[in-house]
Amino acid sequence: MIAMALADGGVADTVLDWITAVCMVGGALMSVAAGIGLLRFPDLFSRMHAATKPQVLGLFLLLLAVALQIRAWAAVPVLLLAWLFQLLTAPVTAHMVGRAAYRTKHLKQEKLVLDDLNEVVSEAQRRLDERR
Amino acid sequence: MTIIIAAWISGIALALGAVMALVRLARGPSILDRTLALDVLLVIIMCGLCLDMAVNRHLNHIVFIVVGCLVAFIGSVTIARYVTDRRTP
Repeated sequence: MIAMALADGGVADTVLDWITAVCMVGGALMSVAAGIGLLRFPDLFSRMHAATKPQVLGLFLLLLAVALQIRAWAAVPVLLLAWLFQLLTAPVTAHMVGRAAYRTKHLKQEKLVLDDLNEVVSEAQRRLDERR
Repeated sequence: MTIIIAAWISGIALALGAVMALVRLARGPSILDRTLALDVLLVIIMCGLCLDMAVNRHLNHIVFIVVGCLVAFIGSVTIARYVTDRRTP
């Protein structure tokens, strides 16, 4: 296989193809990991932890694979923009979902190791009650 | 040849991930679980489009990748903003 590739593309092509293959398989395995996490983990917060893997690293590896196959500098800014949008929106989404989950008590209290928000929320509730 | 084999492996892996996300989407006890599963499903679809672009060496789907990020963001944030606790204590 290597000899064939040498005949029609050169060593650089073969190496880039192998790197692309590794990136593609790695990126796809991230989504399997997210799927297993979504199925197996006990509550919403741990599922959110698993869901972030394909959103950031998986998409990055696959966009890297695209860039390695296109091999044109003109494509890089667009791919970077796509990843940048994902990188900016994923934490905000996770924050909003986590906040809503805490407010509506969609969590298993006994699974939490530390609940820093509890003090703040109960203090705010106490002040609200005093004002009434 | 390497690319083709890697594409098959990655395609099967993406399909497995999508099926598991769909199971969580159907079973998910709360609406937030379903939002999360939908988010993951959209990201897996975007990964599949990236795979197609990498294998066939074109950039036709790149607009969907960019727009897909923003649509996922708006959808999840909207659902998270309006979710309420209607269970009776």
